[in-house]
Amino acid sequence: MTRRAALALAAGVVLMPAPALADALAGETVRQPTNWTAIAMFAAFAVLTLAITRWAARRTRTASDFYTAGGGITGFQNGLAIAGDYMSAASFLGISAQIFTDGYDGLIYSIGFLVGWPIILFLMAERLRNLGRYPFADVASFRFAQPPVRGFAAISTLTVVLFYLIAQMVGAGQLIKLLFGLRYEYAVVIVGVLMTLYVLFGGMTATTWVQIVKAVLLLGSATFMALAVLAQFGFSPEALFARAVAVKTDLAAAAGLDPGAAAVRGRSIMGPGNFIKDPVSAVSFGLALMFGTAGLPHILMRFFTVPDARQARKSVLWATGWIGYFYLLTFIIGFGAIVLVATEPRYLDPAGGLVGGGNMAAIHLAHAVGGNVFLGFVSAVAFATILAVVAGLTLSGASAVSHDLYATVFRKGAADSAAELRVSRRTVLVLAILAILLGIIFEKQNVAFMVSLAFAVAASGNFPVLLLSLLWKGCTTRGVVVGGTLGLVLAVGLTVLSPAVWVTILGHPAAIFPYSSPAIISMPAAFLAIWLVSLFDRSARAAVDRDGYLAQRVRAETGIGAVGGASH
Amino acid sequence: MDTAEWARIAADPRYIALVRRRRRFTWGLTGVMLAAYLGFILLIAFDKALLARPIGQGVTSVGIVVGFGVILLAIVLTGLYVRRAAREFDPLSEALRSESRA
Repeated sequence: MTRRAALALAAGVVLMPAPALADALAGETVRQPTNWTAIAMFAAFAVLTLAITRWAARRTRTASDFYTAGGGITGFQNGLAIAGDYMSAASFLGISAQIFTDGYDGLIYSIGFLVGWPIILFLMAERLRNLGRYPFADVASFRFAQPPVRGFAAISTLTVVLFYLIAQMVGAGQLIKLLFGLRYEYAVVIVGVLMTLYVLFGGMTATTWVQIVKAVLLLGSATFMALAVLAQFGFSPEALFARAVAVKTDLAAAAGLDPGAAAVRGRSIMGPGNFIKDPVSAVSFGLALMFGTAGLPHILMRFFTVPDARQARKSVLWATGWIGYFYLLTFIIGFGAIVLVATEPRYLDPAGGLVGGGNMAAIHLAHAVGGNVFLGFVSAVAFATILAVVAGLTLSGASAVSHDLYATVFRKGAADSAAELRVSRRTVLVLAILAILLGIIFEKQNVAFMVSLAFAVAASGNFPVLLLSLLWKGCTTRGVVVGGTLGLVLAVGLTVLSPAVWVTILGHPAAIFPYSSPAIISMPAAFLAIWLVSLFDRSARAAVDRDGYLAQRVRAETGIGAVGGASH
Repeated sequence: MDTAEWARIAADPRYIALVRRRRRFTWGLTGVMLAAYLGFILLIAFDKALLARPIGQGVTSVGIVVGFGVILLAIVLTGLYVRRAAREFDPLSEALRSESRA
């Protein structure tokens, strides 16, 4: 970086403290006055979802019902549920906040979260559905020795789930202060308890419908906000952008910049800014997002809830459509906030920042276009959003423990469905308690790196293991376990040595690993290790692994012998 | 099903056609998506000015069109695959499945 660029970067950071990573709510949040409208609306959501859980509980009898809703979810429903699982509160508030401060950079971020979906469809979804039953480890261990592969899959699943869960719990605590004006600890406990009830009693059926309800509410609110903004500009995005540039120019001039510099600052929101600092970090982060999506256990699990490969395909098309649409809306919402919120003194504090902090852009916009009631509604939806995400995470963590560790590794496949369900439910309780405790422990920590770490682990551990076991005959048990573990360890280790942890959290002066994401090293390393170890694997087991490929391949490609959906 | 039965299906010309056509199509689509996204990221890393340039007289930049384009491309590629799979791949795999049951 040249000295001038470094200065410009420093100036940018000083002038605009942007959310560091939009998918985890970053930065300090200040508790707001109690908002009873929002609390009442959230209570209504809780009552509705608990009623759904009660209905779902009556249909949840077997392990298959518990993990996959009996395979009876349609492609359209599953697509909405996936969108509900994937669109986090942080991506709604964080990305719109990033667009509010930096403009275009927020779009770059959201695109990264979308491009993994086509990859899942092209390489994974149908084969997963044809081969698997509950967790993705069913697929990876189709022809391999069960205990080592299951053991690896369970550990990597729990790693992803725990980091993702902590980020969500801390996000919930910050949000409740902002949105409802309640204490941090209340949020962590409310989220922990509700998520336990959904998953414990309603299993995958309840989790799916909570995710669908959340997706509909979130997409509906965002659509209304984007339309309300566009309506003020005759539905011309160009007019909206032009006004936003003018607003940013005026703000820069008011902050003391000369007219030329202010005009440059105003225009800067229409192009890339400081989000991508060096190409290596950018590509590395891009790889983690793109291939990590195809390795997230709670997402992969959703493909077992549909009756067949055809519906699995449809789910991805719907999910990609809804998620892409949501990111387009977020872009309009961010620009709408520049125009309608940044110019309105009642949303600003004396220093010129947003009341409540940077993440409040979309919430203030909700007030600007829909008044107090809509503000309450959007606040309730934003908070409810977290529940749908944590429920999916918890279910996938529980299935890793009960199906992979307990039933296969410890009981060697001798556990019956009832015993496995018992272990699942106990695991749900343990995970919930753990999530609450970790949520409270990490309150003051910067957890922004945790979501990107979860993606990096999924891209470096799960994704290479799944892809090579699906597509390469020569792949062996030993290769999968060694390579997958290497990817997992490298992803976590390099993240600890990266600026986000080594400098920001541990306080060292310089990072040992200079890039913001480990995937560019850890993912190829995992592929290479699986390939090399498999290649030189001369064990008796390796011969069995290779012989099993034919049956696995034909079944993955055609669906012959695949487990169908239950009758109900 | 035993190994001989799996091997019989694997040798079926319809199976071979299904796998070969689908493989070519999916890797092609994966390549397009990967190239579009990494191209976008590298463009940002190396030529920010190009993306910031306005289109015509307005303020809407090249970057906004390109960014929205990548989002639409992801949806369109997904749709293309789903359409061809329903028209071409499903009948083939359905034929193989029904024979193996018989």
